[in-house]
Amino acid sequence: MTLRLISLLALLCLWQVAAHFGNPRLLPGPLVVFATMKAEAASGALFAALGITLARVAAAFVLAMAAGSAIGYAMGRSALFDRAADPWIIVLLNLPALVIIVLAYIWVGLNEAAAIGAVALNKLPVTVVTIREGVRALDTRLDEMAVVFGFSPSKRLVHVVAPQLAPYFAAATRAGLSLVWKIVLVVELMGRPNGVGFEINTAFQLFDVPLLLAYALPFTAIMLVIETLMVQPFERHVSRWRPRAA
Amino acid sequence: MSRVGDRARLEARVAKKSFRTASGQSVPVIADLSFALEEGETGALIGPSGCGKSTLMRILAGLDRNFEGAVQRPAHGRVGMVFQEPRLLPWRSVEDNLRLAAPDATEDEIARLFDALGLSEHRTHFPGELSIGLARRAALARAFAVRPTLLLLDEPFVSLDAPLARQLQRDLARLVESRRMITVLVTHDVDEAIALADQIFVLSARPAHVVGEIKVKSPRAAMTAEEAKAVAARIEALRELS
Repeated sequence: MTLRLISLLALLCLWQVAAHFGNPRLLPGPLVVFATMKAEAASGALFAALGITLARVAAAFVLAMAAGSAIGYAMGRSALFDRAADPWIIVLLNLPALVIIVLAYIWVGLNEAAAIGAVALNKLPVTVVTIREGVRALDTRLDEMAVVFGFSPSKRLVHVVAPQLAPYFAAATRAGLSLVWKIVLVVELMGRPNGVGFEINTAFQLFDVPLLLAYALPFTAIMLVIETLMVQPFERHVSRWRPRAA
Repeated sequence: MSRVGDRARLEARVAKKSFRTASGQSVPVIADLSFALEEGETGALIGPSGCGKSTLMRILAGLDRNFEGAVQRPAHGRVGMVFQEPRLLPWRSVEDNLRLAAPDATEDEIARLFDALGLSEHRTHFPGELSIGLARRAALARAFAVRPTLLLLDEPFVSLDAPLARQLQRDLARLVESRRMITVLVTHDVDEAIALADQIFVLSARPAHVVGEIKVKSPRAAMTAEEAKAVAARIEALRELS
């Protein structure tokens, strides 16, 4: 932990030194960026942008995880459905995020539904593939045990299936969250009148690097905190019963 | 639960059970196998490895319905089963495993089962923390906790070393005798069959059928070492025949 802090401080120092010798318009020092951040925070613009972007991240993430888990589960359980839906998933997996975003804006319109839908659609196939992998790895011997001992379908889902899928769900969560928050910025940049992505676009038009970093850094920090405080503890929680490797 | 003249009964008649190989061939595993057991009886099915004993167990448990024939299980009550592996839920404690399988078992019943099987100190342990012997004990406890009318034991002591297996057999024999149920034990161990069963069915190699049936003197405690040896010799003779 201390080493990580020292490493982070070293990065800040390096940044300050580089800014000192470089062009201050292209690379402002950390103090300049923090001052801009403070000004944006004081006006309330920073928090408004962060709030709206986080809301979009949450909506797209929940949508993609829910739909992706359901489809992945069905594909893992039914060979027929798997064969039928697999080509779609492969197409979706290989379609560039940008293409999906542009098409969503053209077909659905420059609105919130298109923005969130496009992000969710980008994340969906990754969730499907991960959960399907988990369903394929389900232990049929435990399933048989549950049948012989008369577990109801809901009891089987909660006590036999869900704990086996939890690590896959956690992996999909971790990979998904980092994918979603990056794509949300692109969606905002291309077709939304607010949010961190929109502010970054504005900074780009004005060639205002301090403003760009003043929005990008706090957002990155928030996603890091969510990852560390929520996703990692969840992963540890679902695998707590595993005997630890010595 | 059961009145006189209404005794629980297990009747299995498997005319034909086959598996399909990858190349599409049909391989018979069981052919014309039948046996019956009454309430309170323990039957041992003994046969060579790979003769279809586990397949038969899956049929008795209702896990495999794709066969020709019929299985009449006791009309009332539940099935308890011990598989070749413990098959405990690794993310739940030993006690939770019992309670999930037997939600209506009382605190007292569970405590007595743990006591009888030497598991009292391991109630809160996860299955991954147990030795293989203890995990098998936990699987036995789970099967008894459901108060089964039909208890299926599929080589429950396989891969345990001999002294440990004998100890578990003694604990199991005590528990089986304290209940009125039908027990089916699948094994390839002659001594184990003699130690636990009232009736021994000797199975042939694939496709499995019953080549002979031996009644073991009951109560077992009265059986002398010579008598046990004689039974073992008869089993061996039948196995040679098949």
